[in-house]
Amino acid sequence: MCDTCGCNLTPGNRHLAFKPVAKGATAVSVLKGLLAKNDDQAAHNREHFDRRGILAINLMSSPGSGKTALLEATLTALKDEFTCAVIEGDLETENDAERIRAKGVQAHQIVTGTACHLDAHLVHDALHHMTLDGVDLLFIENVGNLVCPASFDLGQHLNVTLLSVTEGDDKPAKYPVMFRAADAMLLTKTDLLAVLDDFDPDKAEAHLRDLANPAPVLRLSARKGAGMDAWVTWLREQLAAQRARVAIGQSRRPAIQADGQRYHRITA
Amino acid sequence: MHELAVAQALVEQVESVIDQHAASAASRIRVRIGPLAGVVPDLLASAFPLAAAGSRMERATLDLVDAPIKVRCQACGSETEAAMNRLVCGACGDWHTQVISGDELLLESVELETAPSLTPES
Repeated sequence: MCDTCGCNLTPGNRHLAFKPVAKGATAVSVLKGLLAKNDDQAAHNREHFDRRGILAINLMSSPGSGKTALLEATLTALKDEFTCAVIEGDLETENDAERIRAKGVQAHQIVTGTACHLDAHLVHDALHHMTLDGVDLLFIENVGNLVCPASFDLGQHLNVTLLSVTEGDDKPAKYPVMFRAADAMLLTKTDLLAVLDDFDPDKAEAHLRDLANPAPVLRLSARKGAGMDAWVTWLREQLAAQRARVAIGQSRRPAIQADGQRYHRITA
Repeated sequence: MHELAVAQALVEQVESVIDQHAASAASRIRVRIGPLAGVVPDLLASAFPLAAAGSRMERATLDLVDAPIKVRCQACGSETEAAMNRLVCGACGDWHTQVISGDELLLESVELETAPSLTPES
Protein backbone atom coordinates (compact mmCIF):
# COMPACT_ATOMS: atom_id res chain seq x y z
CA MET A 1 0.00 0.00 0.00
CA CYS A 2 1.16 3.53 -0.57
CA ASP A 3 -0.05 7.09 -0.21
CA THR A 4 1.01 8.36 -3.56
CA CYS A 5 -0.47 6.38 -6.42
CA GLY A 6 -3.92 5.70 -5.03
CA CYS A 7 -3.52 1.93 -5.06
CA ASN A 8 -4.91 1.81 -1.55
CA LEU A 9 -8.25 3.16 -2.70
CA THR A 10 -10.72 0.31 -3.06
CA PRO A 11 -14.44 0.24 -3.87
CA GLY A 12 -14.99 -0.23 -0.14
CA ASN A 13 -13.25 2.94 1.00
CA ARG A 14 -13.29 5.32 -1.95
CA HIS A 15 -16.32 7.19 -0.60
CA LEU A 16 -14.23 8.25 2.38
CA ALA A 17 -11.79 10.25 0.33
CA PHE A 18 -13.96 13.35 0.57
CA LYS A 19 -16.02 14.23 3.58
CA PRO A 20 -17.62 17.51 4.67
CA VAL A 21 -16.42 18.80 8.02
CA ALA A 22 -17.16 21.72 10.33
CA LYS A 23 -15.72 25.15 9.65
CA GLY A 24 -12.21 25.62 10.96
CA ALA A 25 -11.52 21.95 10.52
CA THR A 26 -10.35 19.98 7.57
CA ALA A 27 -10.54 16.28 6.82
CA VAL A 28 -7.76 14.40 5.15
CA SER A 29 -7.98 10.96 3.78
CA VAL A 30 -5.04 8.83 4.80
CA LEU A 31 -5.77 5.20 3.98
CA LYS A 32 -2.51 3.95 5.31
CA GLY A 33 -1.95 0.65 7.04
CA LEU A 34 -1.58 1.26 10.76
CA LEU A 35 1.52 -0.86 10.82
CA ALA A 36 3.09 0.96 7.88
CA LYS A 37 6.19 1.84 9.88
CA ASN A 38 6.68 -1.78 10.87
CA ASP A 39 6.05 -2.84 7.28
CA ASP A 40 8.67 -0.39 5.97
CA GLN A 41 11.20 -1.80 8.39
CA ALA A 42 10.19 -5.33 7.40
CA ALA A 43 10.75 -4.50 3.74
CA HIS A 44 14.18 -3.18 4.67
CA ASN A 45 14.99 -6.42 6.54
CA ARG A 46 13.83 -8.41 3.52
CA GLU A 47 16.23 -6.44 1.32
CA HIS A 48 19.06 -7.40 3.67
CA PHE A 49 18.12 -11.06 3.26
CA ASP A 50 17.59 -10.91 -0.50
CA ARG A 51 20.89 -9.15 -1.09
CA ARG A 52 22.64 -12.11 0.52
CA GLY A 53 20.37 -14.77 -0.97
CA ILE A 54 19.14 -15.76 2.49
CA LEU A 55 15.79 -17.47 3.00
CA ALA A 56 14.16 -16.14 6.19
CA ILE A 57 11.51 -18.25 7.93
CA ASN A 58 9.29 -17.10 10.80
CA LEU A 59 8.31 -19.95 13.13
CA MET A 60 5.13 -19.37 15.08
CA SER A 61 3.08 -21.51 17.48
CA SER A 62 1.76 -21.79 21.01
CA PRO A 63 4.36 -21.97 23.77
CA GLY A 64 5.58 -25.54 24.15
CA SER A 65 4.58 -26.90 20.76
CA GLY A 66 8.18 -27.77 19.96
CA LYS A 67 9.66 -24.90 17.94
CA THR A 68 13.09 -25.14 19.54
CA ALA A 69 13.13 -28.95 19.40
CA LEU A 70 12.21 -28.76 15.72
CA LEU A 71 15.04 -26.30 15.14
CA GLU A 72 17.53 -28.53 16.94
CA ALA A 73 16.59 -31.52 14.78
CA THR A 74 16.51 -29.39 11.62
CA LEU A 75 19.93 -27.84 12.25
CA THR A 76 21.39 -31.30 12.82
CA ALA A 77 19.84 -32.56 9.57
CA LEU A 78 21.14 -29.57 7.57
CA LYS A 79 24.54 -29.11 9.17
CA ASP A 80 26.62 -30.50 6.29
CA GLU A 81 24.50 -28.85 3.64
CA PHE A 82 23.69 -25.25 4.58
CA THR A 83 24.83 -22.52 6.93
CA CYS A 84 21.96 -21.62 9.24
CA ALA A 85 21.41 -18.85 11.76
CA VAL A 86 18.67 -18.41 14.33
CA ILE A 87 16.98 -15.48 16.03
CA GLU A 88 15.15 -16.49 19.19
CA GLY A 89 12.33 -14.46 20.70
CA ASP A 90 11.22 -14.97 24.29
CA LEU A 91 9.94 -12.81 27.11
CA GLU A 92 12.86 -13.85 29.28
CA THR A 93 15.98 -16.05 29.39
CA GLU A 94 18.76 -16.90 26.99
CA ASN A 95 17.84 -20.61 27.22
CA ASP A 96 16.69 -21.19 23.65
CA ALA A 97 19.66 -19.41 22.08
CA GLU A 98 21.95 -21.54 24.23
CA ARG A 99 20.25 -24.71 22.95
CA ILE A 100 20.87 -23.57 19.37
CA ARG A 101 24.50 -22.57 20.05
CA ALA A 102 25.06 -26.04 21.51
CA LYS A 103 24.42 -27.27 17.95
CA GLY A 104 27.27 -25.06 16.73
CA VAL A 105 24.90 -22.63 15.05
CA GLN A 106 24.93 -18.84 15.38
CA ALA A 107 22.00 -17.66 17.51
CA HIS A 108 20.87 -14.30 18.84
CA GLN A 109 18.33 -14.08 21.64
CA ILE A 110 15.80 -11.26 21.66
CA VAL A 111 14.43 -10.81 25.16
CA THR A 112 11.15 -8.97 24.74
CA GLY A 113 10.47 -8.34 28.43
CA THR A 114 6.69 -8.15 28.36
CA ALA A 115 6.09 -7.84 24.63
CA CYS A 116 4.03 -10.69 23.26
CA HIS A 117 5.47 -10.68 19.73
CA LEU A 118 8.53 -9.80 17.68
CA ASP A 119 8.33 -6.82 15.34
CA ALA A 120 10.46 -5.76 12.39
CA HIS A 121 12.48 -3.29 14.48
CA LEU A 122 13.44 -5.91 17.06
CA VAL A 123 14.54 -8.24 14.26
CA HIS A 124 16.54 -5.46 12.60
CA ASP A 125 18.36 -4.72 15.85
CA ALA A 126 19.10 -8.43 16.20
CA LEU A 127 20.52 -8.57 12.66
CA HIS A 128 23.11 -5.99 13.69
CA HIS A 129 24.42 -8.45 16.27
CA MET A 130 24.79 -11.23 13.74
CA THR A 131 27.05 -12.19 10.88
CA LEU A 132 24.83 -12.76 7.88
CA ASP A 133 27.56 -13.32 5.27
CA GLY A 134 27.50 -16.91 4.09
CA VAL A 135 24.20 -17.68 5.79
CA ASP A 136 21.73 -19.68 3.66
CA LEU A 137 18.80 -20.05 6.03
CA LEU A 138 17.68 -17.75 8.83
CA PHE A 139 15.09 -19.07 11.24
CA ILE A 140 13.25 -16.55 13.40
CA GLU A 141 11.60 -18.30 16.35
CA ASN A 142 8.80 -15.94 17.35
CA VAL A 143 7.41 -15.59 20.86
CA GLY A 144 5.17 -18.57 21.67
CA ASN A 145 1.76 -17.04 21.07
CA LEU A 146 -0.98 -17.83 18.55
CA VAL A 147 -2.37 -14.31 18.51
CA CYS A 148 -0.11 -11.28 18.24
CA PRO A 149 2.84 -12.50 16.11
CA ALA A 150 0.49 -13.03 13.14
CA SER A 151 -0.05 -9.28 12.74
CA PHE A 152 3.59 -8.21 12.41
CA ASP A 153 5.67 -8.65 9.27
CA LEU A 154 9.32 -9.18 10.23
CA GLY A 155 10.78 -9.26 6.74
CA GLN A 156 10.59 -13.04 6.50
CA HIS A 157 9.78 -14.83 3.25
CA LEU A 158 7.74 -17.63 4.78
CA ASN A 159 5.61 -18.26 7.84
CA VAL A 160 5.71 -21.75 9.29
CA THR A 161 3.09 -22.44 11.96
CA LEU A 162 3.42 -25.41 14.30
CA LEU A 163 0.52 -27.24 15.88
CA SER A 164 1.46 -29.98 18.30
CA VAL A 165 -0.85 -32.95 18.61
CA THR A 166 -1.16 -32.38 22.35
CA GLU A 167 -3.20 -29.28 21.47
CA GLY A 168 -6.69 -29.37 19.97
CA ASP A 169 -7.10 -30.24 16.29
CA ASP A 170 -9.46 -27.24 16.03
CA LYS A 171 -6.71 -24.70 16.77
CA PRO A 172 -6.84 -23.34 13.16
CA ALA A 173 -10.56 -22.61 13.66
CA LYS A 174 -9.89 -20.94 17.02
CA TYR A 175 -6.94 -18.83 15.84
CA PRO A 176 -7.82 -18.06 12.22
CA VAL A 177 -5.62 -14.97 11.89
CA MET A 178 -2.52 -17.00 12.77
CA PHE A 179 -3.25 -20.06 10.67
CA ARG A 180 -4.39 -18.03 7.68
CA ALA A 181 -0.87 -16.58 7.60
CA ALA A 182 0.85 -19.98 7.42
CA ASP A 183 2.84 -20.93 4.32
CA ALA A 184 3.21 -24.37 5.87
CA MET A 185 1.56 -25.98 8.87
CA LEU A 186 3.57 -28.55 10.80
CA LEU A 187 1.79 -31.06 13.00
CA THR A 188 4.45 -31.79 15.60
CA LYS A 189 5.00 -34.48 18.26
CA THR A 190 3.16 -37.02 16.09
CA ASP A 191 4.89 -39.83 18.02
CA LEU A 192 2.37 -39.03 20.78
CA LEU A 193 -0.63 -39.69 18.53
CA ALA A 194 -0.51 -43.34 19.60
CA VAL A 195 -1.43 -42.40 23.16
CA LEU A 196 -3.82 -39.56 22.33
CA ASP A 197 -7.34 -40.33 21.18
CA ASP A 198 -8.61 -36.80 20.69
CA PHE A 199 -6.38 -35.33 17.97
CA ASP A 200 -7.31 -36.07 14.36
CA PRO A 201 -4.65 -34.79 11.91
CA ASP A 202 -7.15 -34.87 9.04
CA LYS A 203 -9.51 -32.63 11.00
CA ALA A 204 -6.69 -30.17 11.70
CA GLU A 205 -5.99 -30.06 7.96
CA ALA A 206 -9.70 -29.58 7.16
CA HIS A 207 -9.86 -26.62 9.57
CA LEU A 208 -6.88 -25.09 7.76
CA ARG A 209 -8.63 -25.47 4.38
CA ASP A 210 -11.69 -23.75 5.85
CA LEU A 211 -9.46 -20.69 6.14
CA ALA A 212 -8.91 -20.87 2.37
CA ASN A 213 -5.30 -21.75 3.02
CA PRO A 214 -3.67 -24.16 0.52
CA ALA A 215 -0.46 -24.48 2.59
CA PRO A 216 1.14 -27.93 2.80
CA VAL A 217 0.56 -29.81 6.06
CA LEU A 218 3.55 -31.84 7.24
CA ARG A 219 3.32 -34.35 10.06
CA LEU A 220 6.48 -34.95 12.02
CA SER A 221 8.17 -35.82 15.27
CA ALA A 222 11.40 -33.92 15.83
CA ARG A 223 12.29 -36.18 18.73
CA LYS A 224 11.77 -39.50 16.93
CA GLY A 225 12.74 -38.26 13.48
CA ALA A 226 9.53 -39.33 11.75
CA GLY A 227 8.50 -37.01 8.92
CA MET A 228 11.68 -34.94 9.15
CA ASP A 229 12.74 -35.90 5.61
CA ALA A 230 9.66 -34.27 4.07
CA TRP A 231 10.23 -31.10 6.11
CA VAL A 232 13.91 -30.89 5.15
CA THR A 233 12.98 -31.51 1.50
CA TRP A 234 10.45 -28.68 1.70
CA LEU A 235 13.15 -26.39 3.14
CA ARG A 236 15.52 -27.31 0.30
CA GLU A 237 12.83 -26.53 -2.27
CA GLN A 238 12.03 -23.21 -0.63
CA LEU A 239 15.69 -22.21 -0.50
CA ALA A 240 16.08 -23.11 -4.19
CA ALA A 241 12.98 -21.03 -4.97
CA GLN A 242 14.39 -18.10 -2.99
CA ARG A 243 17.67 -18.28 -4.90
CA ALA A 244 15.77 -18.37 -8.19
CA ARG A 245 13.81 -15.27 -7.13
CA VAL A 246 16.93 -13.43 -6.04
CA ALA A 247 18.60 -14.25 -9.38
CA ILE A 248 15.86 -12.36 -11.22
CA GLY A 249 15.61 -9.55 -8.67
CA GLN A 250 12.34 -10.65 -7.09
CA SER A 251 11.30 -11.30 -3.52
CA ARG A 252 8.45 -12.93 -1.68
CA ARG A 253 6.30 -11.87 1.22
CA PRO A 254 4.49 -14.32 3.49
CA ALA A 255 1.16 -15.71 2.30
CA ILE A 256 -1.12 -13.16 3.82
CA GLN A 257 0.42 -9.95 2.63
CA ALA A 258 0.79 -11.31 -0.90
CA ASP A 259 -2.97 -11.78 -0.97
CA GLY A 260 -3.68 -8.20 -0.01
CA GLN A 261 -1.19 -6.88 -2.53
CA ARG A 262 -2.85 -8.82 -5.31
CA TYR A 263 -6.22 -7.40 -4.44
CA HIS A 264 -4.95 -3.84 -4.42
CA ARG A 265 -3.45 -4.26 -7.85
CA ILE A 266 -6.70 -5.64 -9.26
CA THR A 267 -8.87 -2.81 -7.97
CA ALA A 268 -6.56 0.15 -8.30
CA MET B 1 -2.39 -7.38 24.09
CA HIS B 2 -0.41 -5.97 21.17
CA GLU B 3 -3.09 -3.28 20.76
CA LEU B 4 -0.91 -0.78 22.64
CA ALA B 5 1.79 -1.22 20.00
CA VAL B 6 -0.86 -0.63 17.33
CA ALA B 7 -2.16 2.45 19.20
CA GLN B 8 1.39 3.84 19.34
CA ALA B 9 1.78 3.30 15.61
CA LEU B 10 -1.55 5.06 15.09
CA VAL B 11 -0.43 8.07 17.15
CA GLU B 12 2.81 8.29 15.15
CA GLN B 13 0.93 8.25 11.87
CA VAL B 14 -1.59 10.86 12.95
CA GLU B 15 1.27 13.05 14.21
CA SER B 16 2.83 12.95 10.76
CA VAL B 17 -0.54 13.77 9.14
CA ILE B 18 -0.86 16.79 11.47
CA ASP B 19 2.66 17.88 10.47
CA GLN B 20 2.08 17.35 6.76
CA HIS B 21 -0.98 19.61 6.81
CA ALA B 22 0.47 22.15 9.22
CA ALA B 23 -2.55 21.67 11.47
CA SER B 24 -2.68 22.28 15.22
CA ALA B 25 -4.47 19.14 16.35
CA ALA B 26 -6.57 16.18 15.26
CA SER B 27 -10.20 16.17 16.34
CA ARG B 28 -11.46 12.93 14.84
CA ILE B 29 -9.59 9.82 13.72
CA ARG B 30 -11.22 7.10 11.68
CA VAL B 31 -9.72 3.63 11.62
CA ARG B 32 -11.07 0.65 9.72
CA ILE B 33 -10.48 -2.75 11.32
CA GLY B 34 -11.41 -6.10 9.86
CA PRO B 35 -11.75 -9.09 12.19
CA LEU B 36 -8.91 -10.84 10.38
CA ALA B 37 -6.42 -8.08 11.17
CA GLY B 38 -5.96 -9.62 14.61
CA VAL B 39 -6.67 -6.40 16.48
CA VAL B 40 -9.57 -6.14 18.93
CA PRO B 41 -11.38 -2.80 18.44
CA ASP B 42 -12.36 -2.48 22.11
CA LEU B 43 -8.78 -3.03 23.25
CA LEU B 44 -7.48 -0.54 20.70
CA ALA B 45 -10.06 1.98 21.94
CA SER B 46 -8.84 1.61 25.52
CA ALA B 47 -5.16 1.66 24.53
CA PHE B 48 -5.52 4.80 22.40
CA PRO B 49 -5.86 7.37 25.25
CA LEU B 50 -2.70 5.96 26.84
CA ALA B 51 -0.74 6.28 23.61
CA ALA B 52 -2.23 9.70 22.81
CA ALA B 53 -1.70 11.29 26.24
CA GLY B 54 0.06 14.63 25.89
CA SER B 55 -0.06 14.56 22.08
CA ARG B 56 -1.92 16.78 19.67
CA MET B 57 -4.71 14.22 19.44
CA GLU B 58 -5.40 13.57 23.07
CA ARG B 59 -8.88 15.11 22.75
CA ALA B 60 -9.66 13.45 19.42
CA THR B 61 -12.58 11.08 18.94
CA LEU B 62 -11.48 7.68 17.72
CA ASP B 63 -13.99 6.12 15.32
CA LEU B 64 -13.42 2.43 14.78
CA VAL B 65 -15.21 1.16 11.70
CA ASP B 66 -15.85 -2.53 11.28
CA ALA B 67 -15.02 -4.15 7.94
CA PRO B 68 -17.14 -7.21 7.17
CA ILE B 69 -15.37 -10.33 5.95
CA LYS B 70 -16.00 -10.97 2.27
CA VAL B 71 -14.43 -13.60 0.05
CA ARG B 72 -14.26 -14.01 -3.71
CA CYS B 73 -14.45 -17.60 -4.92
CA GLN B 74 -11.84 -18.68 -7.42
CA ALA B 75 -14.03 -21.60 -8.50
CA CYS B 76 -17.40 -19.95 -9.13
CA GLY B 77 -16.53 -16.25 -8.93
CA SER B 78 -19.14 -15.36 -6.30
CA GLU B 79 -18.46 -12.72 -3.67
CA THR B 80 -19.98 -13.71 -0.36
CA GLU B 81 -19.73 -12.82 3.31
CA ALA B 82 -17.87 -15.30 5.45
CA ALA B 83 -17.16 -16.11 9.08
CA MET B 84 -13.72 -15.50 10.54
CA ASN B 85 -12.83 -19.20 10.78
CA ARG B 86 -14.77 -20.36 7.75
CA LEU B 87 -13.56 -18.46 4.72
CA VAL B 88 -15.16 -20.83 2.23
CA CYS B 89 -17.42 -19.68 -0.61
CA GLY B 90 -20.94 -19.00 0.62
CA ALA B 91 -22.34 -20.00 -2.77
CA CYS B 92 -20.56 -23.21 -3.78
CA GLY B 93 -18.65 -24.12 -0.61
CA ASP B 94 -15.22 -24.31 -2.25
CA TRP B 95 -12.27 -23.26 -0.04
CA HIS B 96 -10.21 -21.76 -2.88
CA THR B 97 -11.23 -18.23 -2.05
CA GLN B 98 -9.55 -14.88 -1.66
CA VAL B 99 -10.35 -12.50 1.16
CA ILE B 100 -11.35 -9.17 -0.40
CA SER B 101 -12.42 -7.43 2.80
CA GLY B 102 -12.08 -8.08 6.50
CA ASP B 103 -8.30 -8.08 6.97
CA GLU B 104 -7.85 -4.30 6.93
CA LEU B 105 -6.05 -2.32 9.60
CA LEU B 106 -6.27 1.07 8.05
CA LEU B 107 -6.04 4.70 9.14
CA GLU B 108 -8.77 5.99 6.85
CA SER B 109 -9.11 9.66 7.61
CA VAL B 110 -8.26 12.36 10.10
CA GLU B 111 -10.15 15.56 10.82
CA LEU B 112 -7.73 18.31 11.62
CA GLU B 113 -8.10 21.54 13.54
CA THR B 114 -6.39 24.17 11.50
CA ALA B 115 -4.44 26.85 13.27
CA PRO B 116 -5.68 30.43 12.72
CA SER B 117 -4.13 31.75 9.56
CA LEU B 118 -1.29 34.22 10.02
CA THR B 119 -2.00 36.00 6.77
CA PRO B 120 -5.30 37.89 6.40
CA GLU B 121 -7.78 36.37 3.97
CA SER B 122 -8.09 38.32 0.78
